[in-house]
Amino acid sequence: MKQVPTLKIDGITISQSLAIIEFLEETRPTPRLLPKDPKKRAQVRMISDTIASGIQPLQNLSVLKQVGQENQLAWAQKVIHTGFDALEQILRSTAGKYCVGDEVSMADLCLVPQVANAERFKVDLTPYPTISRINKTLLALEAFQVSHPCRQPDTPPELRA
Amino acid sequence: MTESSKPILYSYFRSSCSWRVRIALALKSIDYETIPVNLIKDQGQQFSEEFQALNPMKQVPTLKIDGITISQSLAIIEFLEETRPTPRLLPKDPKKRAQVRMISDTIASGIQPLQNLSVLKQVGQENQLAWAQKVIHTGFDALEQILRSTAGKYCVGDEVSMADLCLVPQVANAERFKVDLTPYPTISRINKTLLALEAFQVSHPCRQPDTPPELRA
Repeated sequence: MKQVPTLKIDGITISQSLAIIEFLEETRPTPRLLPKDPKKRAQVRMISDTIASGIQPLQNLSVLKQVGQENQLAWAQKVIHTGFDALEQILRSTAGKYCVGDEVSMADLCLVPQVANAERFKVDLTPYPTISRINKTLLALEAFQVSHPCRQPDTPPELRA
Repeated sequence: MTESSKPILYSYFRSSCSWRVRIALALKSIDYETIPVNLIKDQGQQFSEEFQALNPMKQVPTLKIDGITISQSLAIIEFLEETRPTPRLLPKDPKKRAQVRMISDTIASGIQPLQNLSVLKQVGQENQLAWAQKVIHTGFDALEQILRSTAGKYCVGDEVSMADLCLVPQVANAERFKVDLTPYPTISRINKTLLALEAFQVSHPCRQPDTPPELRA
């Protein structure tokens, strides 16, 4: 698909971020990234898919190239607003400390990077207090910091933390 | 109002995402009720206040089951798999499960959303066909390559999986957008094999409660 991420692990090569995460969960089950209860697992996957299918692909690099430079910002903002309008509503019934209850899950792994995208596209986050609160809580966790775009091997010097 | 303990599926006959779930329900012999949501009529019934409350993304499918409401076709299918495990829609082996999910996500994140109704509305009528064809070609170029290493009789080995539930509806979309499938012999072969199975037939867009008479099988 000529996209990132791709992971080489245990002798196989997997693409598609959620497929990778579910594989990691099944082979390295601790700590959990999906709750035990199937109904809560469904909520985690629904939120993850809302972001990974319903928002991000519509504002990724190759789509933005196709809409043309003068339309890019408006397009990305519209896509993110539509998705976040829905997400804010969903989270109001599923969220505790995090997206689903009080344990970090795959849904949280999808939320933070998408909020970063929203900020990059100058989306006003005022209508999304639940998204903002959860995002802030998650960014305080070490895993979300060491993995941050500003701390990667390929982070350009001017963006490095 | 009828009290029903049967699952309720909000579906549009031609929605490829709804079709995925219909196939899963058929394979697992789960009896359900359909409430059609017409994406075109009434300026799109998915935008009604009533439906929006059920699914804030204003999309089909949405499934009411076991006292909860789930949206996102793959989240629904994984829930069905975990609560009604027979027959399997995901293999036992984690590496094969990863392949099934990778193929499913390639379609459900990498192709379908880029050519769904609301995106096509935004690119404008004169650009729609070219846009949809480009999206599907890009995706199928990749999928054909992936399937050459994972496929047996079906997308992953010789058992029907969630990947197959994603493939058939996406091929139907490709045909609707007049995509030339000659470059994709593996996709075509698997699609043909799957369409012969009963679950893929009873769930077909041409056999739904809301199929228009002129498209009915």
